[in-house]
Amino acid sequence: MTSMLNPLKKTELVGFLVVAAVILLILPAITDAFRLNMVGKYLTYAFVAVGLVLCWGSAGILSLGQGIFFGLGGYCMAMFLKLESSTPEATSIQSTPGIPDFMDWNQITELPWFWEPFHSLTFTMLAVILVPAILAFVIGFAMFTRRVGGVYFAIITQAIAAILTILIIGQQGYTGGVNGITDLRSLLGWDIRTDSAKTILYFVNAVLLLAVIALSLLVRHSKLGRILVALRDKEDRVRFSGYDVAAFKIFVFCFAAAISGIGGAMFTLQVGFMSPTFVGIVPSIEMVIFCAVGGRYSLIGAVYGTLLVNWGKTTFSESFPELWLFAMGALFIAVVMAFPNGLAGIWNSHVQPLVKRLSKRTGERQAAPAETPAAIAE
Amino acid sequence: MFADYSWSELGSIFAMQGFAGLVLFSVFVLMALGLAIIFGQMGVINMAHGEFMILGAYVTYLTSNFFQAAAPALMPISFFIAMVLAFFASGALGMLVEMALIRFLYKRPLDTLLATWGLSLILQQTYRTIFGAREVGVTLPDWMMGSLPLTDLVEIPINGLIVMAITLAITMAVALVMFRSRFGAQIRAVVQNRPMAGAVGIDTEKVDRFTFGLGCGIAGVAGSAFTMIGSTGPSSGQLYIVDTFLVVVFGGATSLIGTVASAFTISQAQSTMEFFLSGSMAKVLTLLTVVAILMLRPQGLFTLKVRR
Amino acid sequence: MKTDKNGAAPRSMLRRKLMIGAAAMALSVAVLPRVGLAQTPPTSEVNTTGLAVTDDTVTVGILHSITGTMAISETGSVQAEKLAIKQINDMGGVLGRKIEVVQEDGSSDWPTFAEKAKKLLVEDKVAAVFGCWTSASRKAVLPVFEQYNGMLYYPTFYEGLEESPNVIYTGQEATQQIIAGLDWVAKEKGAKSFYLLGSDYIWPRTSNKIARKHIEDKLGLKVVGEEYYPLGHTQFNSVINKIKLRKPDVIYAIVVGGSNVAFYKQLKAAGIDMTKEKPLLMTISVTEDEIRGIGGENIEGAYATMKYFQSLENENNAEFVKAFKDMWGQDIVIGDVTQAAYLGPWLWKAAVEKAGSFDIDKIKEASPGIELTTAPEGYVKIHENHHLWSKTRVGHAKADGQYEVVHETTELMEPDPFPEGYQ
Repeated sequence: MTSMLNPLKKTELVGFLVVAAVILLILPAITDAFRLNMVGKYLTYAFVAVGLVLCWGSAGILSLGQGIFFGLGGYCMAMFLKLESSTPEATSIQSTPGIPDFMDWNQITELPWFWEPFHSLTFTMLAVILVPAILAFVIGFAMFTRRVGGVYFAIITQAIAAILTILIIGQQGYTGGVNGITDLRSLLGWDIRTDSAKTILYFVNAVLLLAVIALSLLVRHSKLGRILVALRDKEDRVRFSGYDVAAFKIFVFCFAAAISGIGGAMFTLQVGFMSPTFVGIVPSIEMVIFCAVGGRYSLIGAVYGTLLVNWGKTTFSESFPELWLFAMGALFIAVVMAFPNGLAGIWNSHVQPLVKRLSKRTGERQAAPAETPAAIAE
Repeated sequence: MFADYSWSELGSIFAMQGFAGLVLFSVFVLMALGLAIIFGQMGVINMAHGEFMILGAYVTYLTSNFFQAAAPALMPISFFIAMVLAFFASGALGMLVEMALIRFLYKRPLDTLLATWGLSLILQQTYRTIFGAREVGVTLPDWMMGSLPLTDLVEIPINGLIVMAITLAITMAVALVMFRSRFGAQIRAVVQNRPMAGAVGIDTEKVDRFTFGLGCGIAGVAGSAFTMIGSTGPSSGQLYIVDTFLVVVFGGATSLIGTVASAFTISQAQSTMEFFLSGSMAKVLTLLTVVAILMLRPQGLFTLKVRR
Repeated sequence: MKTDKNGAAPRSMLRRKLMIGAAAMALSVAVLPRVGLAQTPPTSEVNTTGLAVTDDTVTVGILHSITGTMAISETGSVQAEKLAIKQINDMGGVLGRKIEVVQEDGSSDWPTFAEKAKKLLVEDKVAAVFGCWTSASRKAVLPVFEQYNGMLYYPTFYEGLEESPNVIYTGQEATQQIIAGLDWVAKEKGAKSFYLLGSDYIWPRTSNKIARKHIEDKLGLKVVGEEYYPLGHTQFNSVINKIKLRKPDVIYAIVVGGSNVAFYKQLKAAGIDMTKEKPLLMTISVTEDEIRGIGGENIEGAYATMKYFQSLENENNAEFVKAFKDMWGQDIVIGDVTQAAYLGPWLWKAAVEKAGSFDIDKIKEASPGIELTTAPEGYVKIHENHHLWSKTRVGHAKADGQYEVVHETTELMEPDPFPEGYQ
């Protein structure tokens, strides 16, 4: 069985190093502090996109509710930061000093019990990962053991996103409502709003993202990853071979949720607030498109896809605000109709052969289309 | 909460509330019927369903403006003309979309989801460009707005009656088409066994196109009817999408009867809960219950098969 | 889109400053609009912090949603701000400098608002920003404005509970909008019981909280129900039944967006004829803009409390309405927020002229006490807390989609974003 534990393919290693160089060296070199912070924000979405590559690309589970997990991670972090900035001194004008301002506006006079543990950074960091993972487990357990998949799963996750949004907005005394949790200032006394802090956070975020990608590459190249691919393509055969299909799906769904949570937490740190708009349906679907543009089978493509779409969105809405929905819509359609494997597909089918021919290295021919479904299915 | 009221008052309120539930039921059926045909019969997830509805609403808006300006005498019946136009406009757009987009994606249902989401963005922006970002007010014939007072408390909204009547008519028409017409037989044949249907001489591509067109056309009619009770703006369609999908899935996607039954269950649950609880919680509880039931019984209320 | 090409301008202008001399300085303290370029003070004097100000231009930002769900509401504000800027430019600009506009789209997404606000302040170095609509977008940009020291003119009536030196709130905070209206309805209409209803988010909830306190504690009347529905909710039949059961004298409705249309259509269809005022309907969320979507015939007879109605009869307003229609089309309507947005550029101009400088800190300091006699709503004045003193008016909705003003407070209402006794 050890032969199943494929070592990382050389091309993937190169790809990983290139993406590492891009986000650690090239982007910081060519952008100013302001744009770099924006890139940092986009890269937090890449966590979700990487999770989607595993769920959707590798295991065939399309979730339209990844925003839930991103949001939960973000809210956990925001709760910690909000408590830190709501010291009795800073909130002395409130009728109950020491609790977050929005609670005071809603006549809450005591910190709710579920906020209490968020005084601790250790707890918060665990919660960022575990809260999304536990919810994903509950959803996944209920659905996958009953063999719900495909579009049904997509629609149910979408409904859950809708429910959670209504809940968060409705319970504004506990959650900050539609405004979200805003005005977050410092992390353990360290001001996160300065340019230098934002630059540091960018690199923390980038390193975390690379770690998550590396971990995902390992998962994918483990036996587990092989089984996921197999069950995407022929679920019944995997089941008949004696595997517990549901367990594998639950695992990958929880894994994707956990890393989305990390992305959310990093988002909160870099942007300085968290609001229910990230939990809803629209951002959840947008995150799917990041993944699709990058190439739904490619972990590294997910990063490029996220960057490209968001860069396009920013540029378009700066120059032609009326047009960007058209562009976005066209992108959705194009990526489905013309480039189902996204950027990674274009790279593999067009650019890479060209590079290969130029460099005349023959040894890697079989390894080349590693990211395409055809290659995996064979 | 009822201690202060007399029995006759309570009776009236429950009658009114029952009626409100029926109106909600009709609204759900109208929303979901078109989607049930497209999703249930073709397996296509049409995220742009709401935008097809809004197209119907805008057609109604244009028609009513036209009649106001050109032929005020015909105003009382303009709404029904608008409805027919809405059916054909949405249906035609639907067929066009099927031709340009959907037919390449039948084997990839999740991809239709993304493509139609893209389509919905484009349609929204198109509406915004043409009709402006603001909501438009659709002028309806006077006789349609208002109510029939039965007693002091019980008043029957006329637009509610009309929505119910339209729903009934559309549902019956769909049932007739699906189960009594040659076209319906062809649709069902293609759903059950595409190669075989093709082998016996059914033009499956044409059937697909018309099925999709039919579903979108019904969405258009729904949108037209909703000008009586809801808003018409570029992104109004988004308001309906979650409810609509849940109704269809809850009913068991492949069964039209299931869709109707599920619309009935959800609407009654929501309407009752809204009466006893505050609005937001009622909505959350309804959705949660539906999701919970779907988790326990993923195949929905009525179905032939759901497992992939 | 204009980008900042003039980052280094202040220093290069030094020589010119010496040549022109300080004479211009003395002329620059002015409040009311003035015509002419004669008193153009040198850039280095009026701009010591590197804002995008050149010898003949000054750049400001407009930050609203042009796309997404909020575009519906924010369009009017953009139009009003552009009109005001155009008029100011036609009069010779601010301190002799033409205003140039960088417009950004917040696309109904709060982080985008924050991002664009930062871009406007950091990259474009705009001298002021006119923008935001929802509270959520304002809350998102607020830390940005405070950190990078920018100036935001915020047009929407909102829930209060905020007072930032970097924001001028040109709309009314909740008490300014609510209290006078409730007093009026209790006194003039003899209302005894109220049913509070709203969309489920912070503004309606906070407003209803203030309304409830005022009704119960100050007026000694009764609230018989309070309820919230999710944003975008379109089915109101159940709540309408509840209202019928409780028989309140007043339905106090703060429903927003698409829900608005559904609510009023269904209310009418359920046989609640607002013209009979049994119950009477009072709202603080429906301006003339919203009536376009609802349809005048569906809301006829309702009362709204605002500070501005398009039908307001005074000279300023007549001119404003005419100019607005000339610029944006004859069939357009103007609501409360649109008017408040129109005040933004004028208040900024007045502050700049009073301070004799574009520097943000000087504008902050100069703003309190600034008066505007040319406002379409009449006379307004900036309070120490950066909100506006303004009158509250009650309008009665007519079938043609306009309000008839039936009541107007005699005094200006003092803005009080943290009202004692209403928390």
